[in-house]
Amino acid sequence: MRDKIFYGLSAATALLLIRNLYMIFMVLPDELNQGAAYRIFYFHVPSAMLGMSGIGIALIFSVLYLITKDFRWDSIAAGITEVSMVFCTMFLVTGSLWGRIAWGVWWAWDPRLTSALVLWLIGSGYLMLRRAIDEPTTRARLSAVLSIFGSVNSYIVWKSIEWYRTQHPQPVLSIRNGGGMAPGMEATMYWNLLALVMLGVLLVMIHMRQETMSRDVEALRRYAHAL
Amino acid sequence: MDQTNYSFMFYGFAAAWIIVVGYLVLLGLRERKLKQQLEQVKALIATDSPSRSRIS
Repeated sequence: MRDKIFYGLSAATALLLIRNLYMIFMVLPDELNQGAAYRIFYFHVPSAMLGMSGIGIALIFSVLYLITKDFRWDSIAAGITEVSMVFCTMFLVTGSLWGRIAWGVWWAWDPRLTSALVLWLIGSGYLMLRRAIDEPTTRARLSAVLSIFGSVNSYIVWKSIEWYRTQHPQPVLSIRNGGGMAPGMEATMYWNLLALVMLGVLLVMIHMRQETMSRDVEALRRYAHAL
Repeated sequence: MDQTNYSFMFYGFAAAWIIVVGYLVLLGLRERKLKQQLEQVKALIATDSPSRSRIS
């Protein structure tokens, strides 16, 4: 049953991504000032939303682990954080490329970019911590605590364009009271957000299966030593 | 399509897909390693268990 869901979701994600790429390259017009490069937004914005919200969602599962000590919650939190890091990397890289066009520089130390970099560093720290600690209980507890710091920072990244006057654009999408995009362009943005959410769910499912396998290996090793 | 900044659009999409594909490759390699480890430790237990049971 789980395999069927996985393969069904994979097929749906692939089809939706193909549909979105067709819309982005073949249907939607160019932007007046940025030309073709504005299309970077169709991956930059959804990946930023997923990267930030993913680390926020991981907080819920980290707290659930701290309350229940059930490793299933730790697995989900680890999976979501790792996949969120993929999206964080994507939005930092694509944002830097867009910044080179729009601002003439690859990077600016403004609050949005700096807090996003700090988020990426916290996420990297989380992943390194998990690799460094072998004992599952200690690893899960410390990871959960670090996840809380990450989620606080993800909220700062999210709100930074409202709290500060940043070089980064103010909210563009209408769901954040932006209204800076044509309706057809904005709809494609949401469709690509959906496609990336589906991709993210698939990646988290793969990661969770690997976490379970990893714990099985550790448990069997302990059993083998005890023999 | 307007050719203005076309190369940057290409770099942006290439970067996004390289990151996703790179992560998928990483997951694939990790899964293969875990499967090998699981088989090794299962084989170790299987070879260890009969001898132990004979001793006891």
